[in-house]
Amino acid sequence: MTHLGYLLGGWGVAAVLLTVYAVSVVRRGRALSVSVPEDKRRWLTSQNPTDD
Amino acid sequence: MTNPTSSVATTGSPGSRALGLATLAGLVGLLVLAFVLTEPDVRIHPSTGQEIGQFDAVRLLYLHVPMAVITYVAYSLAAFASAGYLIKRTPWWDVTAHAAAEVGTVFCFLVLVTGSIWGRPVWNTWWEWGDVRLMTTLILFLMFVGYLALRRTAADPRVQARRAAVVALVAIVDLPLVNRSVEWWENRTLHQKSTLGELKIEDLTLFTLMVGFLVFLMVFSWLLLHRFRVGWLTLAAGEHQVAAAIKERRAEADGSGVASAVGETS
Repeated sequence: MTHLGYLLGGWGVAAVLLTVYAVSVVRRGRALSVSVPEDKRRWLTSQNPTDD
Repeated sequence: MTNPTSSVATTGSPGSRALGLATLAGLVGLLVLAFVLTEPDVRIHPSTGQEIGQFDAVRLLYLHVPMAVITYVAYSLAAFASAGYLIKRTPWWDVTAHAAAEVGTVFCFLVLVTGSIWGRPVWNTWWEWGDVRLMTTLILFLMFVGYLALRRTAADPRVQARRAAVVALVAIVDLPLVNRSVEWWENRTLHQKSTLGELKIEDLTLFTLMVGFLVFLMVFSWLLLHRFRVGWLTLAAGEHQVAAAIKERRAEADGSGVASAVGETS
């Protein structure tokens, strides 16, 4: 395969950046969810409930 | 202030999880199509008989072009929602505009980077300052970086949302220039005219490009959905903090009132 370095560079940078961004968005959501009461958690899915 | 919640929540939902799984499957399919099933771009020069073309570098087509189209979609949505905010003045429009602008800027950055990487083997240059499409795309990117910077300033949220909406509507004027630049200034760009418009590609290459559009649209939708929920959570958290602070002040005021009343009677 020709131009392998360019292909890996192009597809690689896209994969890494999109993954890092996706993870950061999910983590921001998780961090914010702690400061929102459960009755205001529209669209959110609770994890690890501690009160039941 | 006490912790108002008893558990951690995620911005995922059954629908977004299904979309996420379908997106991952689509990405695998796109990789197989782009790297295994499609052929490299190799043609024979009619007079010299030499092999010419982009060879395997053409496989960047299935990444760069769909992401460019998604950038158009994202920024158009950001501008549309900004106009909606200026008309309706409701947070839903503002949160949508902010989410679309942020995700769009990630895609626009990748368009610039992957275009540069693709340009090196094909045009023999990483960047060409005189290229109209490159420059208009860079200007579009920088204007939306400015939009995102404005969103981080410490202003009243309503003032900030209004200013950001105006910036988005100004920035979007550049979008038709990006799109039409190869037609209007064809002698000042290394880019070819619309590949799809003139149907220069066909068969499996065209099919793979279409799959690329669909898959990156799914990636965009998944990111937008989660980023919108983060924006909505930010609003809800802010409102909860204000409500809790007011409740605390009232309790303090009631407490001091009771204490002073007790002091007067004793």
